[in-house]
Amino acid sequence: MERQYDLSGVAAPALGALASAGDAATLQLERGAAKGVVVAGERTLADDDSAGCDLAVNGVTKRFGPVTALDDVSLKVRSGEFVTLLGPSGCGKTTLLRIVAGLELADHGRVAVGGADVTRIPANRRPVNTVFQNYALFPHLNVYENIAYGLRARKFPAPEVDRRVGEVLEMLHLEEMPKRRITQLSGGQKQRVALARALVNHPDVLLLDEPMSALDAKLRAEVQLELRRLQRQLGKTFILVTHDQNEAMTVSDRIFVMREARIVQSGPPAEVYDRPANRFVAEFLGTTNLINAWRTNGTVHTELGNLVPRAHPQWEKGFLSIRPEQIIVRSAKPSSNGIRAIISEVIYRGDHLDVYVQPGNLHVRGLPRAGMKPGEQIWLELPARQLEALGE
Amino acid sequence: MSRAEAAPRVRRSHWLLSTIAGATMVFLYLPLVAVAAMSVNAARFGVAWKGFSLRWYAQLLHNQVVLQAALNTLILAAVSTAISTVLGTLLAIGLERFPWPRWMRRIVDAVVYVPVVTPDIVFAVGMLLAFEAVRQAMGGLRLGLATMIVAHVTFQISFVALVVGSRLATLGRSVEEAARDLYADTWHSLRTITLPLIAPGIVAGAMLAFTLSLDDFVISFFTSGPSSVTLPLYIYGSLRRGVSPDIHALSTIVFLVTVTLVLGLQLFTRSPKEE
Repeated sequence: MERQYDLSGVAAPALGALASAGDAATLQLERGAAKGVVVAGERTLADDDSAGCDLAVNGVTKRFGPVTALDDVSLKVRSGEFVTLLGPSGCGKTTLLRIVAGLELADHGRVAVGGADVTRIPANRRPVNTVFQNYALFPHLNVYENIAYGLRARKFPAPEVDRRVGEVLEMLHLEEMPKRRITQLSGGQKQRVALARALVNHPDVLLLDEPMSALDAKLRAEVQLELRRLQRQLGKTFILVTHDQNEAMTVSDRIFVMREARIVQSGPPAEVYDRPANRFVAEFLGTTNLINAWRTNGTVHTELGNLVPRAHPQWEKGFLSIRPEQIIVRSAKPSSNGIRAIISEVIYRGDHLDVYVQPGNLHVRGLPRAGMKPGEQIWLELPARQLEALGE
Repeated sequence: MSRAEAAPRVRRSHWLLSTIAGATMVFLYLPLVAVAAMSVNAARFGVAWKGFSLRWYAQLLHNQVVLQAALNTLILAAVSTAISTVLGTLLAIGLERFPWPRWMRRIVDAVVYVPVVTPDIVFAVGMLLAFEAVRQAMGGLRLGLATMIVAHVTFQISFVALVVGSRLATLGRSVEEAARDLYADTWHSLRTITLPLIAPGIVAGAMLAFTLSLDDFVISFFTSGPSSVTLPLYIYGSLRRGVSPDIHALSTIVFLVTVTLVLGLQLFTRSPKEE
């Protein structure tokens, strides 16, 4: 089905620059840049042809006075991918999301959605929508009018508004409450309304700014799974900002770990978890044992003895990292990377044991039936393939 | 010390405290009560009680000068409030939403605050000078209702801007950002999101401005002409000829209207979360 776009008012310089780039590029620009346009047609959200546009951020820098929020950040998100920007507060992840949304302008660098440069296009003309941290629902409008807001702002005909709103109400199990006031909703319902209000616009890219931080732990786990399912079903590009590593692991195809205005590592959850790029990533995602280490020629020394890591380190002094569940408890001395240890503490966690041993205060995960007791002597094996040599 | 021992000590208030509180209340309200009581006293002269009567109120209704002054007061308050509410709201939006650099924001804030803390008399003399300058330059300007409206608007704007500004600050920018993210341009977002949500603040600002205009004396005194007497000016003028009971009646009415407006104001200035 054909879509018609009104390009009046869309950044004229951008159009001019792309005029020579051929039809394909112009089409991309139309798709990416057109906003504020009536798009008729009976397309549903699921078979929307804009489902999944890719996103490219190139060399973006943003300063707020003396503070550098983003320092030359680049990333590429494939269409239909679910990525997470993960990092502690103040690492710049929300600023990056706001720059993609158009709510902040980058000092340097470019943002492109679906191949079209949107760097200078204001938020209200970008083909992206946002689920805000505290939802930012309109308290004076009911659920239906909140969801319909973006369609009405673009002057969609009433039947189309009704059809689209009905579609997302059903998809997000809100059929019962279009007439409800925002103040009458629970936290989980508000969250779904915020999601519906963004998705009803069929955005090329959906941005989620810590959308679950206001929910309690149990509900959060449910919503994470639901969000993942929804994203798979729609095939849309989702970008989630969070400081919760569990959330990032649950929902993402790829995680971008951020720290101090930069992206320090990106990759699928398993890769980032198993092969952290540095000490920061290892500690931020899950728990890990960090062992001070130094290198002389081909040997890595630690206070627990010489150990062989997976890859030979470049540094003179650094850390070896191994996850608690990857340390193997042995009754006899292992052939390599073995440590003689005494159990200092055993904490029963129901489905597993958290065992702390000396020397090194290593944290080991055990099975409840393993029957380990404080004071007992054991052998530990730190398998080389899971022992990572890390820098700061 | 255990809680059981501490509790009674906290609850019991000292006799001195309640006495001071009581005396303060008497000091504050006795004059008002006295005026109200005298306004329904049948006696024409003196303060001796001669029985309840509403004749002074009835007499006011037949006093053409008082009725004209009341009409002037209402026109002045209504017109100046309408103008200052629009201008003050625009000023507040500009102050709160324009991305001022921090040092400039402080200066601009001060510029808005200064008229609020400027003594009325200074403000009034300033207005008079300004009107005189305009008259010299262009001629034809006579002191009257028009100059009073200009003077009132000038001091009301700051009050409106402060009330609306605090409402805007409480509202925050997130809903406006959400509107922008949902394809609303500045005008659409202002019309459908910002204005409806700050409406209580605008109403509160307008009521405050109305109240201030209603009982303003000093600025009116300096900027009025012979034909534009308002109620406060009339009351002042009559007092110089001696206190009469119908003035008590008039004062009581002005007081009650003002109190009603202020109480109404409080209904509208509650924070959005309380609603």
